[in-house]
Amino acid sequence: MIAIIFRLAWRNLWRNNRRTLIMLVTIAVGIWAMIFMTALMRGMVNKMVRDAVKVLPGHVQIHHPDYLDDPNIVNSIEEHPDGILLQVLNGPDIVAWSSRVRVAAIISSARESRSITLLGVDPATESEVSFVAGKIVQGSFLNDGDDDGIIVGRKLTETLETGLGKRIVIMSQDPDNEIVDRGFRITGVFDANTEALEEGYVFTGVTAAQNFLGIPGRVHEVAIVGRGFRQIDGMYQAVKNAAGPNFSVLPWTELNSYLGTMLGVMDGFVLVWFMVVFLALSFGLVNTLVMAIFERVREIGLMLALGVKPMIILAQIIVESVCLLFFGALTGNLVAWLTIRPLQDGIDLSSYAEGLEMFGYSTILYPEMTVEDVFTANVVVLSLGIIASLFPAIRASRYQPVEALIKV
Amino acid sequence: MLLNNITFRLAWRNLWRQPRRTLLTLGAMVFANIILVCMISLQFGMYGLMIDNTLSMLTGHLKVLALNYKDDGKIRQSIDEAETLARQLRNDLNRLKNKNFEGESAANNDTEGENNSVKIAVRGKAFALASSEDRSFGILVMGVEPEHEPQVSSIPGLIQRGRYLSDSKAEEIVIGSVLARNLQVDLDDEITLIGSGHDGSFAAAVITVVGITQSGMTDLDRSIAQMPLQLFQETFAMGNGAHEIVIRAPDLSDVEEISIRAQRLLDDRPSLVLHDWDDLEPGLKQSIQADLFSAWFMYGVLITLVAFSVLNTMLMSVLERTREFGIVMSLGLTPGRLGRLVILETAIMGVLGLAAGILIGTGLVAWAGIYGITFPGMDEMGKQFNLPARIYPDLTVFQLALGPSIVFAATLLSSLWPALRLHWLEPVQAMRAAG
Repeated sequence: MIAIIFRLAWRNLWRNNRRTLIMLVTIAVGIWAMIFMTALMRGMVNKMVRDAVKVLPGHVQIHHPDYLDDPNIVNSIEEHPDGILLQVLNGPDIVAWSSRVRVAAIISSARESRSITLLGVDPATESEVSFVAGKIVQGSFLNDGDDDGIIVGRKLTETLETGLGKRIVIMSQDPDNEIVDRGFRITGVFDANTEALEEGYVFTGVTAAQNFLGIPGRVHEVAIVGRGFRQIDGMYQAVKNAAGPNFSVLPWTELNSYLGTMLGVMDGFVLVWFMVVFLALSFGLVNTLVMAIFERVREIGLMLALGVKPMIILAQIIVESVCLLFFGALTGNLVAWLTIRPLQDGIDLSSYAEGLEMFGYSTILYPEMTVEDVFTANVVVLSLGIIASLFPAIRASRYQPVEALIKV
Repeated sequence: MLLNNITFRLAWRNLWRQPRRTLLTLGAMVFANIILVCMISLQFGMYGLMIDNTLSMLTGHLKVLALNYKDDGKIRQSIDEAETLARQLRNDLNRLKNKNFEGESAANNDTEGENNSVKIAVRGKAFALASSEDRSFGILVMGVEPEHEPQVSSIPGLIQRGRYLSDSKAEEIVIGSVLARNLQVDLDDEITLIGSGHDGSFAAAVITVVGITQSGMTDLDRSIAQMPLQLFQETFAMGNGAHEIVIRAPDLSDVEEISIRAQRLLDDRPSLVLHDWDDLEPGLKQSIQADLFSAWFMYGVLITLVAFSVLNTMLMSVLERTREFGIVMSLGLTPGRLGRLVILETAIMGVLGLAAGILIGTGLVAWAGIYGITFPGMDEMGKQFNLPARIYPDLTVFQLALGPSIVFAATLLSSLWPALRLHWLEPVQAMRAAG
């Protein structure tokens, strides 16, 4: 029985091959657009989040409860966490963590001064967490926490008219709000994606920074990297519970609320996009089925008169629709894969560089075709497509045989 | 005329032979049109706001800067005699500007002159360590002219508590609310500024906080620090120099003209460069372009899907009438007439879709124009692009008609194939066709 339904449906489709082909192309274009567009957007946003997370914050950060509102030197925490927190930090969910001194400071060369954020880091742990160690273009990264060399961004060396091996002066405040200043020698220059980073951050050894600022054993933040930026909830809760009420523990979605929101908006937008494309498709789909049924009113009437059950008529029309959807979707998926495939090496968007930087996007776009998105696109089209075709199918199955037979 | 009438009536009746099919095809068009009308209005409304809000913050429409200051921002790259130059520019640009109004009554000229004049202000900028009693932060201090700054920038209007700077020499400073919180200072508290002057010398000043601004954007509220220009020049050993002359045109469309005139006045000062807003905020135009690009990709897909839908409908309606067409052709009707009939049928459908789409779309946009549009996350996104949390889309004929017109054109285009097929139709075979 099922085999017959299938064969009838299949043959009915190809009675009017032009119409069927146009419909197949429409469905394929729709599916392609869904997958292609989503892959581009995912690529952009994911890269943006990954870059941003790598630049500084990590996935989760621990601070003094007052630090984020008042990023002052006195709002510091112990450099070496102990007890349960240490156990959690060294646990399996956490890839790396690093303690940092983080204060606002002024950097001056003989000719210029700039306000910057001074980070005192332990190179051993820091290189696992942030990008800087891997982006040194001149000199080398810090040797250890006692290293009092200073690592600055390429752009900053230009504006300060200084360079590797030169001395600069850093000025900040100690916990008693006395101005402290000291000369440092530039031992490394890093390159970053954006000029704001190259101009805004300066690195030195954590112990050297503590000695300079007069805060031995104290740091301002612990940055933690987990398994992936989307799977942080468990790790975040564990750290939060272990840290207790004396610390503020925040995930990156809250530390950089723009990025966190972007990710959510993007997820929502993908669904909206799928729905819009599907709706535009569905008019054509329903139309095609309505036509196909209209042409066969007499035939359907005859089938009903001969004793074919209405359910079978319904099933046959649904199967027709499923065949259309299935082959359209198949083609669409294939074309999507074929068009995304050659773009895997990245699309160069550097002509829009500054505009993309404003969004926080990188200039090279790597489309990401994820199984979830492809699955969602197909499920949306197939399931909603079947629901949309129910309406003409139910109508057809309810024909009165005699009325249908005499219809011209 | 009569024939036209017959063609039209035929086309109209043909459409309603299959009301369900026609309605479904119309539905696809109306759906696409509504989406296009709403999205395009929203987009352009957003772009306008983005440009306006960003430029009115600090950028202005044009800026005179010393050579390379835009990239390097060094304190030594200053404009000598900045205020004199600004006065010249103010006089010349506005005098020339007023020539355009010749013929209008003088009184009219005076009242409109205030809004229509080119606004100009001078600023100096320097990095300094700002210290309060128990906090210190590195900041970018700006020296501004209290009488001219409010005309070119929206910052003075953002004063939340206290007042804006009163006098060019007063020892006063206005700071952003986040900076005030971080420095733990309030109105009437003193701030010490320490930095280096124009000549590399040690620069220091003690000044009183007289106003606190709040924009709601954390980054901006952390960075605003404005003091009177003359005090700035004394503190940082600037002499009569400054770093930028900001020019604000009455309207974005005047910028090009003003830029040409201002450039003429700067010709004898080769060390100075005139930058326009696109130069100063390259991200702004590009982010709009990038957004437009991805939006048009989506619109393109939508329009293609609708066009396929129309193509299918028209092809069907032509195929099922093969026999009928055979008969009328054998009676002497030319394929061209028949083709026009098919295109007219599509055009009628297209016009109906266009009208319904624009009507409903305009209704929605107008409704949104009154109540504003917001979506989850808009708040955060807005802060990134200087947008309010609620957007009131623009209603202009161009934006309303643009999308639907393209849909209409695509519709007509997709009826070409079914219409042209008629030329290959053999009347005798067509009459024998099944159906």
